[in-house]
Amino acid sequence: MTGELDRRRLVALVAFVFVLAVLPFFLADYFLSVLIVFLVAAYLGQSWNIMMGFAGQLSIGHALYYGLGAYVAAALYVHWGVLPWFGMIAGAVVAGAAGAGIAALSFRFGVTGVYFALLTIAFNEFTHILFNHFSWVGGSAGLFLPVVNLAHNDFVHLRGSPAMFYYLLLAMVLGALGLSRFLLRRRIGYYWLAIREDPEAAASLGIDVFRGKLAAMTLSASLTAIAGSVMAFYDNNLYPDTIFTTARSVEIITAPIIGGIGTLMGPIVGALVLTVLGEAMTTVNASLGIAGLKQFFYSGALVLIVLVQPSGLWPWLKRQLRL
Amino acid sequence: MSANLLTLDGVTKRFRGLTAVDNVSFAVPQGGILGLIGPNGAGKTTLFNLIAGVFRPDSGSITLGERDITGMSPHHACNVGIGRTFQLVRPFGALSVLQNVMVGAFHRGADPATAERYAHTILERLALADKAAQPAASLTLPERKRLEVARALATGPRLLLLDEVMAGLRPTEIDTMVRTFEALVHETGLTILLTEHVMRAVMALSHQIVVLHHGQKICEGPPETVARDAKVIECYLGSGA
Repeated sequence: MTGELDRRRLVALVAFVFVLAVLPFFLADYFLSVLIVFLVAAYLGQSWNIMMGFAGQLSIGHALYYGLGAYVAAALYVHWGVLPWFGMIAGAVVAGAAGAGIAALSFRFGVTGVYFALLTIAFNEFTHILFNHFSWVGGSAGLFLPVVNLAHNDFVHLRGSPAMFYYLLLAMVLGALGLSRFLLRRRIGYYWLAIREDPEAAASLGIDVFRGKLAAMTLSASLTAIAGSVMAFYDNNLYPDTIFTTARSVEIITAPIIGGIGTLMGPIVGALVLTVLGEAMTTVNASLGIAGLKQFFYSGALVLIVLVQPSGLWPWLKRQLRL
Repeated sequence: MSANLLTLDGVTKRFRGLTAVDNVSFAVPQGGILGLIGPNGAGKTTLFNLIAGVFRPDSGSITLGERDITGMSPHHACNVGIGRTFQLVRPFGALSVLQNVMVGAFHRGADPATAERYAHTILERLALADKAAQPAASLTLPERKRLEVARALATGPRLLLLDEVMAGLRPTEIDTMVRTFEALVHETGLTILLTEHVMRAVMALSHQIVVLHHGQKICEGPPETVARDAKVIECYLGSGA
């Protein structure tokens, strides 16, 4: 029974990955950039999901970790020529430390729930202001990576075509999926779910709730930072006003909410639906020419999904596909 | 008589003006079953929370074996060997029955396969094996109470605190539970401290009974003695008992 189910799931996943892997060969550059938006949203959703979906801690400040990853990798590259891969690790460490610090500060003083969520927003806003006046990384005028037109992709320096970034991001999404699945089957995963469901009962079973939350926050922040580093090299420009915004934090959490918080596929499904919906609305909007119509329909669709499927689209889709 | 596993000495807990637990002392011997009874609001659950580390006593000391555990945090209390159930059951609703017990079993080691096997043996013992794959939220209240026991037992405690796990059970189910606990104590040397309103269970299980009233210990002794005590009959059991 389970063997059959596992086989069906594997086939579905392989088919999905195959489609994503060959898609760039058939698509115009514009659609490839749309798919990149989808993959980034999926990956960021997966990173956030570890914290909220598994350990039950609501962060609305994940733009902070994305931004730290982006700025650390970009600044090290611009100033000292540090390879993006090492910059990425440095960014992940800095963001992980920031996440751990915020978590330690909050949970040590019993700040939980909505108050914790507010605190995560506040830290992102502090950092926003700080970076606007941080001249080493360009302040509010921005930080720019040198653009070079190469005949071929330079994977070592992460300089190259959108297709290169597309495959890198696809690998990251699959990596995050594998990591999430692995963690959920280990003791730490069980402990996170127990903390999410009932911290007091979890503590009575010997779980150090403080350390469990801290681990989730650190890992989630580090993973988020890696996407920031990669996207810094894709976008080639960084402005505090577009990086450290609560709007970005909200974008990060929307995909997993739509797809299904705490599920493995939820962030991916949610990101796909949101991206397709966003593009469809842009097209409709362009043909009608009424400003603001996109946002109107986009939000309307989100409200509808949340009303009809409060636990997300993936649990419903999973039943339909009998996966 | 064997040595005492749990010793309470002059334990007091106040909430604002109210003294919930007032200078309570008693001991539970290793391998013993002690029943804690008393009317609602007598301080039974507060006493449990003091032992399990949820609250810190205002005065007095709590000792487990040779170790002073007064004011220890809940997860440390579990580490030193205290397992507890909650009167208002707190299952991990989204997890399956098996996963709930595995969370407890992981306390003994990090290997998932070992935790799963151990959780299965515990589920067998508490007659929940056929519900293993169900979400905990789908269980009936008596089943949830058994799940609480299973989860706490899975951590491998030396002392098990049972907070009204028999409430809502039918008489035959109560007898089954009583036999389960007797077997556990007999086979594993577990020590049990329980609170219960179901007299059938308390009288059958307890080697010793402590009666609380308004936070104070008013009587202590073997079940047959306590059942005849005038003060206990007046404030709790009633003349019909």
